[in-house]
Amino acid sequence: MNTKCDHCDKPAEVHEIDAIKGVHVHLCREHAVEAGFQVPQGAPVTDLLTQFATMQAPTQSPKRAEKPTACGTCGSAFARFRKTGLLGCPDCYEAFAKQLDGVIARSQNGASNHTGRVPDRSSAIIDLQALRRSLIEELDRAVASEQYEKAASLRDRIHTLASDTAE
Amino acid sequence: MTRTRWLDSSNHRTPLDPPLLGLPRTGNRTVKLKQTGPWIEHSGPDADVVVSSRARLARNLSGLPFVNQATDSEKREVLQLVQTLPLAGDRSEALLWIDLQQSTPEDRRLLFERHLVSRQFLESASPRAVAIADDEQLSVMVNEEDHLRMQVLLPGLELEEAWRRVVEFDRRLEKNADIAVHPRWGYLTACPTNVGTAIRFSVMLHLPGLRLTNELERLRRASNDLDLAVRGFYGEGSDSSGDFYQVSNQLTLGVSETDLLATFVGEIVPRIVAYERMARDILVERNATLLEDRVHRALGTLRSARLLAIEESMKHLSRVRLGIALGLLTDIPLGTVQRLFLQVQPAHLRRVQPDSTDDTALEPVTEDRLLDDERTRRRRADLVRSALSG
Repeated sequence: MNTKCDHCDKPAEVHEIDAIKGVHVHLCREHAVEAGFQVPQGAPVTDLLTQFATMQAPTQSPKRAEKPTACGTCGSAFARFRKTGLLGCPDCYEAFAKQLDGVIARSQNGASNHTGRVPDRSSAIIDLQALRRSLIEELDRAVASEQYEKAASLRDRIHTLASDTAE
Repeated sequence: MTRTRWLDSSNHRTPLDPPLLGLPRTGNRTVKLKQTGPWIEHSGPDADVVVSSRARLARNLSGLPFVNQATDSEKREVLQLVQTLPLAGDRSEALLWIDLQQSTPEDRRLLFERHLVSRQFLESASPRAVAIADDEQLSVMVNEEDHLRMQVLLPGLELEEAWRRVVEFDRRLEKNADIAVHPRWGYLTACPTNVGTAIRFSVMLHLPGLRLTNELERLRRASNDLDLAVRGFYGEGSDSSGDFYQVSNQLTLGVSETDLLATFVGEIVPRIVAYERMARDILVERNATLLEDRVHRALGTLRSARLLAIEESMKHLSRVRLGIALGLLTDIPLGTVQRLFLQVQPAHLRRVQPDSTDDTALEPVTEDRLLDDERTRRRRADLVRSALSG
């Protein structure tokens, strides 16, 4: 049982095995803490009982305390992710970025950067439906106030939009 | 156009096919699905091994919690939003919208048997829906593990076409909705192991040769080394009923969709197909009589049995399929057997009216319980016998 840590040459002390996905994780103490594992502080086995007895006490390592335990947007806790394997919302990725770094790299053969498709206009998404609705409202107003030239141009824009969205 | 490789389904209409299935009414339109998914009545160049190809994308709307964290009203908000988006393409993609909370357990099961929804989706109780294109090749699960899981499922080895069509759909989605992406991790998913491309390519393979030569374990190990998942006929957690195996990618980060596709189409699938064909050759060389005996016994059982359990029918149908592929059976079209694999499933079986002495309706499928009582087994035997009778 002299397995080395996945990230360095130190002996691994934390082992996680997911039989279903066939994922084996072996980490040394430092890397385990970094990955968000709860690691008992005392090394000798004889200390384990003491550790167990004091586990309820709020004595987290200072390194752990720096990391957020819950997502500011959805309130989902990282502990919940550890239990279910699911995050609460897209913002969880930023909130738990440090812990997720290791999780993602391990499940993806060490990869940590996306290569491939991205949304065509991810920075400037136009909600065409909403635009269309507001144009229709404006058209109604133009007709009601007898601004027929404006109404005609609005009608054309709505038509163009309809053919855009249908492509 | 790949469509030329399709068998015209009208050639395959038999008295066993009621023209359409009724599903619950949504809006002003009665939802109907054809008797069998069109992808199953296929015979293409690799039809002896490759049954179907699928490309599936997971997408989430930004600004909303993932499904597992969303309240029922937030989930309904997602449903409403997706339903109003102009996602239908210009082709045969008028989307049928099926609200799973309002459908019967039997209809839900039918969708599952047809590979249009996952088991998790079938069993969930929360607000969720599936949108299905007229041709049943494109479908979108809304509120499964991710807000949207869209798939294109095609017969034979047509991963490129499946990929092209699902991306076409994805572009329409992106035009109309703000999708959750991360600068480093790409498309964001509820489970962080799916981030990046969030794509799952998979092929359904018929591997009776590898099964009979005990080579499957080696395939599984090799697949594991190549970061591929091997699952059964009905995906995650299902067994390899009928010797069908679904092979899919596990890695979604750091490999582009096109690179992954190239590996699948250019290396992985041809290698497994060649491996399976080699196993079949070995079976023929080693003991042709034994193999022929197995095939004909299977056909004999299917043609004579008065009671057929689901597993038994899948096992024998698999051997008959192998017999057709090897040219040992020439009087049975592959499409007939392909269709039977689907029709013997519990929910499908309840939609066909076989030429049976027992013509009263079978007890409906309740929830996910597999009803396989004596009447069901008799009905299955009647159906199979009549479909395979010379």
